[in-house]
Parts: sequence; C-alpha cells; structure tokens
Amino acid sequence: MSALPSHARVVVIGAGIVGNSMAYHLAKLGWRDIVQLDKGPLPNPGGSTGHASNFIFLVDHSKEMTKFTLDSVKQYKELGVFTQSGGIEVSRTPERVEEFKRRITSGKAWGIEDMHLLTPRQVKDLVPYLNEKIILSGFYTKGIGTVDSLRAGTLMREHAQKIGALQTFANTEITGLQVENGRITWVETNRGNLRAEIVVIACGLWSPRLARMAGAHIPLTPAVHQMISVGPVPELMDTIGEIKFPIVRDMDTNMYERQHGSDMEVGSYAHRPILWDPDDVPSNEQAALSPTEAPFTQKDFDPQLEQALELIPDILGNEKVGIRYAINGLLSLTPDGFPILGETPEVKNLWSVAAVWIKEAPGIARAVAEWMTDGNPEIDPSGSDIARFYPHQRTKTHVNARSAEGFNKTYGIVHPREQWASNRNVRLSPYYEREKALGAAFYEAMGWERPQWYESNAKLLDEFGERVMHRQAEWDARWWSPIINAEHLAMRERVGMVDLSAFAIFEIQGAGALAFMQKMAVNQMDTPIGRVTYTNFLNEHGGIKADLTIMRLGQNHFRVVTGAFDGARDKKWLTDHLPTDGSVTLTDVTAAYSTLGVWGPQARAVLQSIGETDFSNQAFPFGTCRYVDFGTLQVLASRISYVGELGWELYVSFEQGARLWDMVYEAGQQFGIAPVGIGVYGTTGRLEKAYRLYGSDLEMEFNLVEAGMTRPKVKAEDFIGKAAYMKQRETPPAALLCSLTMDDPTSSSGIKRFPQGREPILTLDGNIITDARGRNSYVTSAGAGPSLGKYILMSYLPPEYAKVGAKLKVEYFGERYPVTVAAVGATPLFDPENKRIKA
Amino acid sequence: MILAYIDQDRGKINEASFEALTLARRLAEQTNAPLHAVVIGKAEAGLTARLGAFGVSALHHAQHEQLNEYAPAAYAQCLVEILDAQKPDAALAAGTERGNEIMAHVAAKTNLPMAANCIAAQAGAAYTVTRLRFAGSLYEEAKLDGATKLLTVAPATLSARAAATAQTVTVNTFTPQLAQADLRARVGARVETASDKIALGEARVVVGGGRGVGSAEGFKELEELAALLGGAVGCSRVATGMGWRPHADQIGQTGNRIQPELYIACGISGAIQHLVGAKGAKHILAINTDPEASIMYKADYAVIGDLLQIVPAISAEIRKRRG
Amino acid sequence: MNILICIKRVPVVGRKIQFTADAQEIDTSSMGFAISPHEGCAVEEAVRLIEKHGGAATVLTLGPVEAEEQLRDAMAIGVDRALHLQTDGREFDPIATANAIVDAVRADGTPFDLLLFGNEAADTGDYQVGVRVAHALGLPCVTGVTALEIHDGRATAHRQVPGGVEIYEVALPAVIAVKDGINFPRFPSLPGRLKAKKKPLVTIEPTWQNGGLQKTSLLNPPEETHQVVILGKGPEAAPKVVDLLAELGLL
Repeated sequence: MSALPSHARVVVIGAGIVGNSMAYHLAKLGWRDIVQLDKGPLPNPGGSTGHASNFIFLVDHSKEMTKFTLDSVKQYKELGVFTQSGGIEVSRTPERVEEFKRRITSGKAWGIEDMHLLTPRQVKDLVPYLNEKIILSGFYTKGIGTVDSLRAGTLMREHAQKIGALQTFANTEITGLQVENGRITWVETNRGNLRAEIVVIACGLWSPRLARMAGAHIPLTPAVHQMISVGPVPELMDTIGEIKFPIVRDMDTNMYERQHGSDMEVGSYAHRPILWDPDDVPSNEQAALSPTEAPFTQKDFDPQLEQALELIPDILGNEKVGIRYAINGLLSLTPDGFPILGETPEVKNLWSVAAVWIKEAPGIARAVAEWMTDGNPEIDPSGSDIARFYPHQRTKTHVNARSAEGFNKTYGIVHPREQWASNRNVRLSPYYEREKALGAAFYEAMGWERPQWYESNAKLLDEFGERVMHRQAEWDARWWSPIINAEHLAMRERVGMVDLSAFAIFEIQGAGALAFMQKMAVNQMDTPIGRVTYTNFLNEHGGIKADLTIMRLGQNHFRVVTGAFDGARDKKWLTDHLPTDGSVTLTDVTAAYSTLGVWGPQARAVLQSIGETDFSNQAFPFGTCRYVDFGTLQVLASRISYVGELGWELYVSFEQGARLWDMVYEAGQQFGIAPVGIGVYGTTGRLEKAYRLYGSDLEMEFNLVEAGMTRPKVKAEDFIGKAAYMKQRETPPAALLCSLTMDDPTSSSGIKRFPQGREPILTLDGNIITDARGRNSYVTSAGAGPSLGKYILMSYLPPEYAKVGAKLKVEYFGERYPVTVAAVGATPLFDPENKRIKA
Repeated sequence: MILAYIDQDRGKINEASFEALTLARRLAEQTNAPLHAVVIGKAEAGLTARLGAFGVSALHHAQHEQLNEYAPAAYAQCLVEILDAQKPDAALAAGTERGNEIMAHVAAKTNLPMAANCIAAQAGAAYTVTRLRFAGSLYEEAKLDGATKLLTVAPATLSARAAATAQTVTVNTFTPQLAQADLRARVGARVETASDKIALGEARVVVGGGRGVGSAEGFKELEELAALLGGAVGCSRVATGMGWRPHADQIGQTGNRIQPELYIACGISGAIQHLVGAKGAKHILAINTDPEASIMYKADYAVIGDLLQIVPAISAEIRKRRG
Repeated sequence: MNILICIKRVPVVGRKIQFTADAQEIDTSSMGFAISPHEGCAVEEAVRLIEKHGGAATVLTLGPVEAEEQLRDAMAIGVDRALHLQTDGREFDPIATANAIVDAVRADGTPFDLLLFGNEAADTGDYQVGVRVAHALGLPCVTGVTALEIHDGRATAHRQVPGGVEIYEVALPAVIAVKDGINFPRFPSLPGRLKAKKKPLVTIEPTWQNGGLQKTSLLNPPEETHQVVILGKGPEAAPKVVDLLAELGLL
C-alpha cells in the first residue's frame, strides 16, 4: 500500500457504487487529484452495494428518480454489466390492477417504452414457475434487468485511475473532518491526514456519522430489508448465466422474487420497519458477514414465507430446496424517500451523495458531478437536494418516524396527495387553534400544518350546487373535498382569508443589498421603496432556480418571500451568493412573521373596515406594500395575489397573528368572508390564472421562455444566468407551457375521471409527444377551474401543438381523454385582462 | 504433586504434550510440588531422559494388554488411579483431540471440573486459568476448583521449554484395573486415508477460479492443477454468472461450503459472499493481479500476477518434481 | 430408532469480538445466533439416520428463551420434537449442563438409542459435556466422529487421525460427539420452516449449580495483524508455491 498524499482537490469517501460513480464522473468531467477513501477492502468494502439485489425496475411516479434510473441503465449498459431480463409486477388486488394502469402512464410520461399489461396466463408464459391463479394481472417492462454493481464500481474506479485522475485507498478509516470558517479543510484518517478542497460523502448508511464529524447533517437512517436466497433449484440448475427469467415483484405483499443462477432470491419490504443507528453498525472486523449484512430475524419474515409459497409454490415448496442465505440487509432510508444530494448547507465544499440505490447511482453521480462542475446538472436534482430539509427534518425523531412510515410504502400505492401520519404538528401558525375550531383538514408543508379546506364551509356546497364539480371516482376524490371548489367560488364571489404562515421569509439588508438582489433576480430590483416584485432566480445556464416575490422595504432592505417547499433551498442559494465582504446579511425571519392573505371582490371593503389606511386602488395600487395600522397591530400589507383576485397579503409579527385573524374574521363577516384552504391557493385559484408552481411547472430543465415568463425587457444590470437568458430569448423555444382543458372526461365506464398530474399528453392518434430537446409532454399541474366550469391541465408542448384550439389527448388510468389547448404561455383562462387583480 | 499426561500414539509422542508439561512445571514451581508425568502403553525410547530435562521427577507408566489400542475411558482410568492414589493438585494434558477427550473422561469419572484449552494458569486454592473461547477469538479468565484441577493446554499457545535443571526420573510402571465398561469404546481398526473422486466439500485442495480466469477455457488450467493435487475445482459466483462453470461448482454463501487444507483462489477478488463459503479452508493461497484486492486481506499466501501464466507454471513444477 | 441431539445456541461472531463493559458477556447487539457448527452436523446426521432407519429425533438445548429459535431451526430440517431446558440467561458450566441434560433425559423417559453431541461448543469449547452425560447414563462414548453408521444395534464411528482413520464400534445405546465435516447440514426449506413452527416443544426449568468452573471475565486476545506472505510475482513464483504444497503435505 502506498502512502496517502498530503493534499487532494477532492476526497471521495466511500467505494460503493456511489463513491465509484462519483470518482468516475468527476474524472470524466476533467477533475484531477481525486482521492477516494474507504474503511473497508475492495471491491466490496462492506456497505449496502455488497448485498444489493442489483435489479432495476424502470418505472417510478417521480420524474426525477425515473430519469436518474434511465440514465443509470444507459451507463451500466455502456460498462457491459447490465443483463436485460425483463420484469413483471403482479397484482393480487383490484386496486393494484388500477395502479398498474397509472404506472404505465407514468412510464410513458418519462419516456419508457415496451411496457405491457399482462393477463395471468401471459405472466405464466414468461415465468413458468409462478402460480398464476392467485394473481389478477401483470405489468411487464421489457427493459428491466440486473447489474453487477461491484463490477461496475470497479470498472469506473479503474477508469478514473487509468486516466490519472484518481488514487484509491482501501482499509482507510476517516477519523475526523476539520472545518475552518465554514469550509472543509482537512480529512483525518487512521493513515494520516490530508488537506482537501472538497469532500464528497458517498458512504451510504455511514454518511450521517461522517457529516456529523464536520458539524453537518445527512438525515438518513439505516434500515433493514430482509432477503433470503433458496437453492439449488433443480429446475434452474441448467440455466446459463446470471438471470434468465423476468424478475417478479409481488406488489401487494411487498415482496420480490428473482432468479439468480440456480437460486431464487426472495426479498421483502413487508416486515415491521427495523431501523438501526449508524453507530450500532459493526465494523468489518466485528461483522460475521459484512457490516451491512445483519443477522436475519426469522420471526419478521415468517408471514412472507407463506405469501412467497403461494406465488412460487413449485420451487419454494420443494423440500429439497433450502434457504442458503438469509440476511437483514441494511440500506438507507430518508424521511421523504428521496436521496440526499448536494453541498451541505452547514459546511462549504462538503457534499453529500447519500441514500442512493443501485438503480439510480451512476445517473445521480453524473448529475452531482455536473452540479459540482458548473452548477448545471442535466437532470434536475432539486427534489433530492440536501438543502431542502428544515432543521426539524434533520432530527433523529423525524428521520426515524418518517423513514419507518415510508418503509412499508416501498411498493405501496401512494396517492399524490397522500399525507404523512407521523411526526405532525411540528410547525403551527398562530391561527392554528382558530382553524382547528373551523374544522380545518390539515395538510403538511415541510412541518407546517396548513388547512387544505375547512369542514365548516360544507354549507357552501348547497349554495354552489353543481358548480363545485363533484368527483365520482374514488381515486380522483381521495385526499380531496368538493369544499375546496366551494371555497374557491366563495372567494371569487365574495372574499376569502388564507393562512400563508408557511412562507419562508428572508431579510436581505446592508450596504450591498441592492447590488446583491440585482445579481440574483431576473427582474429590475432598483425599484421604489414599497414595490413588490414577482421574479425568478436562474442558474448560470438559465435554468430556473427559484420563483418568488421580493418586497423593497428600504434603500438597503429587501424582504424575500418564498414557498415552504422551496424555502430551505432558496435560502442556501441566496446564502451561497452573499458577498464575502459582509456588506449584505441574510436573516431568516420565517418564524418572526405570520401571513394572512385576504382576497376577493370584497377584500378592500374588509380591510378598509379595519385598517386606518386608504386601501383604494389609487392610494394602494397593485404591486406595492406598506405598513398599516390595524387597531393596535402594525401590519405589512402587500398587494399581490396568487389567486388572481383583488387583495393583500398581511404580515404581522407571529405573536400578534391570532389577533389579526380575529380582526379580519370578524370584520369579514358582514362581507361573507370564508376561510379558504390551500386547495384553492395552491391549485384551483392559481390554475385558472395560469400561475406557475415551482417544482411542478417550473424546473431547472425548463427556461423562462418555455415557461412563458419572459419579461418584455431585460434589465441592463447583470444577473446570474443573464447571458444564457439572453440566448434563450433569441432561440425559438422547444416547448411552451400551455393551459389545456378537458373536453369530455367521461370514461368508458361512464364515470367522469380527472387526471391528478404527471400524465402523458398524447397526439390524437395516441402517440407520445416529444420536443426537440427530447422531453416528453406531460401534465405538470392539474386541477379544477370552478369559475370556468372546466378541468385544467398545464403542460409543456412543442410549438406545433402549442396553439390555442389544438386537440390532443391525455392518458389517465389506461384511457385517453380529449383535451384542447386553451391558452399558450402565461395567458390566464380566467380574467385574462387581470381586471380583478387590479380593481 | 502436579501430573502431566504425555500422549503417545503407537510409540510416537505427541509434541504438544511437552507444552502441557511446561505449564505443569510452572504450576509445580508455584506450589513447590514435584512434577510427575504419566504415559500409557508403549513408550518411545529416550522418553524418560526427555521428561527429566523438563523437570519430571517421576513417570507413571501404565501398561496393560488392553491399552495397545486407544480406548479413551480406559486411558482415563489410568489417570484416575493416579489421582486416587497420589491426589495431585492438578492434572494437565495437551488440548489435542485425545488430550481433551481423556481429560473429559477423567473429569466425568471423578466428577471434577475441567478447563479445556488453557493458555495460562495460576495456582491457588482455586486455580485462575486463562482459556480460549471461540477457538481463540476471545479469552476467558476463570476460576477452576477441585481436589485435583483438571486442565488441558491449548496447543501452540506456549512454547515447550526444558527445565533449568534436569531431574532424575523414577519410573513407576503399573497395571491399571480396567472395567469392561472402559473398553466398550476403543479403536477397532485403523485405515490409511484413501482419496477417491473428490467432492468439492471434501477435497483437501480446492482450486477456485473467478473473474480473472476470463473464460470457460481458462478453467482447464485450474482443472489440471487440481487433478495433479487430487483436489477439486470450484468457482465464484461471477464464473457461474458468466456461464463459465455449472452452478454446482460455485463456492460461497449461495453455493458450496468448502474446508480444504489449502484453497488456491485464482483471479478471485474476495467478495464476502464467496469467502463465507471458503471460511473452512485452513490455508488460502491467492493468485491475483491486484495486490489491494480483498482476498489479500484473507489469504495466507499470495502470488501476484496473471493466473493464466502462474497456474500452468505450478503444474509444470509439480510434474518436474515428481519426475 | 430414537435419537437425541443436544445443541447449543451460540452467537455468530466476526474476526473481532466486543464484550460488555463489565467483561462478563459478549456484546451480541449486532450479532446473529445459530446452532453451534458441530451440533448443526449432529442434527443433520440424526435426520439422515431417521430417514434411513426410521424412528424419531428429539432436539434438546439448554439456553435462554431465545434458544427456541435454534430448536425450530433443527425441527425445520426434520427433527420431530424439542426439549428446551430454559435458563434465565446465566451460563451453566459443563458439570451443571451435563447434570441438567441427564435429568431431562431421565425425566423424558424416551429410550434413546443414540445421543448425539457436537464435539465442542463453538463459544465455550469445553470438550466434555457429552462425555459426562455418557458416564452418568452408563453409556459408551465416542468423540471427534466424522463418519457414522448404524447397523444391527451397533454404531460404527470414524475418527480422523493424522494419516488415517480410527474405527470404533459400540453397541447402542451410545453417546456420539460429532465433528464438522461428518456431513454438510442441509438448509431448511420453506415448507420445513413452516412445519417447524407447529412441532411440539416442551419447556423444562433446569437447576443451576456451580460446577467448579466459573468465568470471571472475558478479554480480547492480543491484536494479530494479518500479513499475507507474498510468494512472488508471476510464473517465477511456481517453485515457491510447490514448496508450500510440500510443506502442507499436499504433494
């Protein structure tokens, strides 16, 4: 073994599939002087890669994860370690039969081909040892296969070594990570220390331990996935190679069965969640097998034995076929099921690439390496960004509660609006008790409890009758209430009040504040004091990084307001770009202010009855903000709207929030005020107005031109992404974000169906629509437009389809429904002249 | 008195007995007691002098026509008679298969406690012994009671050392009183080991091949070496995965478990799943191009380089030596 | 024929073993447990003998409540019933263990033709429990057995010695302590696992006694740094390899 160098440009910690993929992609992108360390031996240092089942199913409802998977398969194929076997998910329940239809639509949306629904007989033809009598259907994907992940890792590592970019040191344990001035400086090991400019933590379930050495957090927990391998199976003794038969996932029992060689491997996600602490994972020396192959706990697996026997009776029921290997394999779980990628918010130049499975590792590594190189990964990793977590989400209590809850959903049918049950009521607005009394149905937003609708508004259902657009299909109506649409109509006709306390709010102050905001934002920030600007942040390549509003409160004082789901990421983006001279400070005042939105034709009347200010259009025009007195409360009122109505956002210090609520609620009574939930604010209200939502309609891989958000002029001042943005403006867009309406939602069974988002948009002939940049058209947002009496979909469409009146189809649960392009770009379907908002 | 059992098989002394004798002498020195030895059956020429050099003052030599072949309970009976007559403070034997067995029979017959595989002992009212657990992965310190402390000494844990001053050995030959019950279990016959067609699990040499073999063809070299050594050929999961070998040849977690005297791992990186199957190997010789491979951390011996050149060279060398 | 197999639940350890702060017990928090390997072979041997000669096999263990797992493991590969001498977790020394087994065998009343033991337990390595039980029950005993045949009420047992095999023949009933290598224990099948859950298991409370060998503490052996001996590079190393083969007696 050679000696450790004293310095490295990048230290990659971990030599599993993730660490090896990282070393490889950094090397490919031109990085040199990379040092890879692992405490275990090669090629299997003892982490989760070593016991992985190594199969890859392609379809996931998440676009981000599917893209990572598809890219990974491509890379595995290039390395020559992928064996295509095909794979079949089988159903035992009618609900699962329906779910498969949904999976096919997701697959289509993300560009997967060769997917078919199979009858039990057809499943049997492909997998002769399976008992087709207990299944209802199969979902076959041809491109599914297995990889040799240890080999892949070795090849990638060797490639990086061969081109002189990488030195790898096995059996080298990290004992400390040193940080100075918020930056990583030294890596301490049992073989000496080395100075490192950048450190990448890619060591799976040990990652939290490593992060902690530097004072950072990687919120994941090791958890058990049980698997057994039985053999030798006489029927399989003569199979050649690694795998011949399609892999079977028995979705309703949370299990899989895969042949490998003469054995049959049975894995389970059905047992109770068994979480470990990273500190309890034994060392390589202590472990009987490997540190992550924990002893099998038979009792937990017992119920699965019988279910596996039902499905594979001949092979598994053979008394001569033995359980040769059984482990509680440790893998990493996160509180929201997504990986943890990117630079830690706590320590500069300390990166995390954790909670990554075999199926997505090379794709994720490429994205993170690109991110490290120029901040512009081809596949948008925002959903997996480590910066997404708020402090409470980094606690062990939260990580364990949500990881445990999520574990049994691994193969679950998870509704897009499904709520977590564990660790709720963490962040409560001052209006919470009032809302509870009004029968609020609380949905969670990054810890905040927000009313989605109020049961007390059920009385409005009678008033609005059929206009509330009832839903007949249980799935469409799950985690939903027609009261949302009733609240919408009440707001449009009278006035509504909305709890917006979940907003993340940052104060930007100091002598350099204006210059800083100019650099960050697309819009002109040198505005009069009291101006509210809706704007975007871009990355250097013109990808959309953020979508938010900024109030100018003083010469050197801006207040940035952004959504709860984006707040933590936006904060890191801002913090990362703060000038180093201390001329600008960022203060997170999220917890200092509660926010109440009051919107509707009567909003002015309501506020005028409380506030000692002139709320008239002349005195208080749209896009301005100012402090007003509401009795004893000093309130910052900001005249903007995300629902397309006249009204204000009211900011008041947190401890005075309840009083503000009471004032508005009481004053509003004579004007028919209704408390309105996020169902309106986040969906129906904005969709009628074609307002975009970051994360759904706006992503790094789309640009402002495509999103229809180009400003008439480009400001003279420079800003991040300006050059790219200028270029985008001169290039005809490959796709344009359009609003579509459903023509006839009636399904073949006569029930009206309403897509819930992420479905493929097809041509009239049922063909997939792909734009010039290879992106398929899919529904980015979907929801009712009660004021229009239409169901609205948003989708990026190539120019040839992005024409008002164009007829297309949307696929939903296996059926195709006619849709019409109703608006192209940001033109709203409701009140296109914005008369209401400017009334 | 401290008594040490000197094991012999057909006149050949088991050398581990001298390690036990060395510990016995230390106990004798601690307790200022004489050191005696016991040998059963035909003794090797020169044994008495050797025992004297180790500090033995008296040798109890049991002779009986029924003791020419090994019979554990009968052998134990010889010691029991000395225990009864001489009441030694301790009796020791080597922790060999026989030593442990004989001492277990002594313990059972006398109902005395016994500590097997000790590596150290301190005399006292009760002895403090250090003994092996988990075949030496862990040590135990224990108290050993009994009118006579019975212990065996783990082989190869302490070196046999002659005494500072040699003793003159008094030989006391005696004929034990053997009961029929003591002779029920005895060696009836003895056969030399014959090697037939070797199964992977029983082979004394296994030549294993992995990714480094490169092809089904490459295994021919391994087969040749195995044939020369009367061994068997096995492989890693990669080799079956590639279709180079049948699944029946796979060594590992989901394949065969082997326990040869020597496992020659050719072009095998040393995945844990594979090594689990080879855990029973007494020695591992790795032939591999990569000196940092996992197998190097498990192997006892290694040759660095291309197995496709090295394996044929070994076969050639064997043929050359055999003429 | 009736066969009794005495097994022990032992932790499956790695290369390095950690123990509790008071140095009294192994820290098994991240460890699994199994039937001690020699005894696993005894179970397999019993199942094979029953398959061949008919009869019933009983598995016995002395151990904590969790040791039921190992009894079920034995029943999963074909043993018919189990006796669980359930301890409160205290370690029984060899005399106490043997006495408890003898009491249980007498109380059970089954006329066992064969009592199978492992040669020694993987954890404590005492090498004596089977022998003590044999003497207490007045039975002949062969240990270190690597091949076993039963015919006409007699057992023929092989035992490996350097350069050959010793052959013992004893009349039944007898105690036989077997060694790893006598067979390769089968792995349980799924149906076997499910059946094992329903097989009869009798729990007995054994009496603890101080048999005269009492553990005072555990300690780790001095660190051994594993060093691979590099015999050489390339084909030139062949003579050294053959020297090694000669040294190991394999030529």
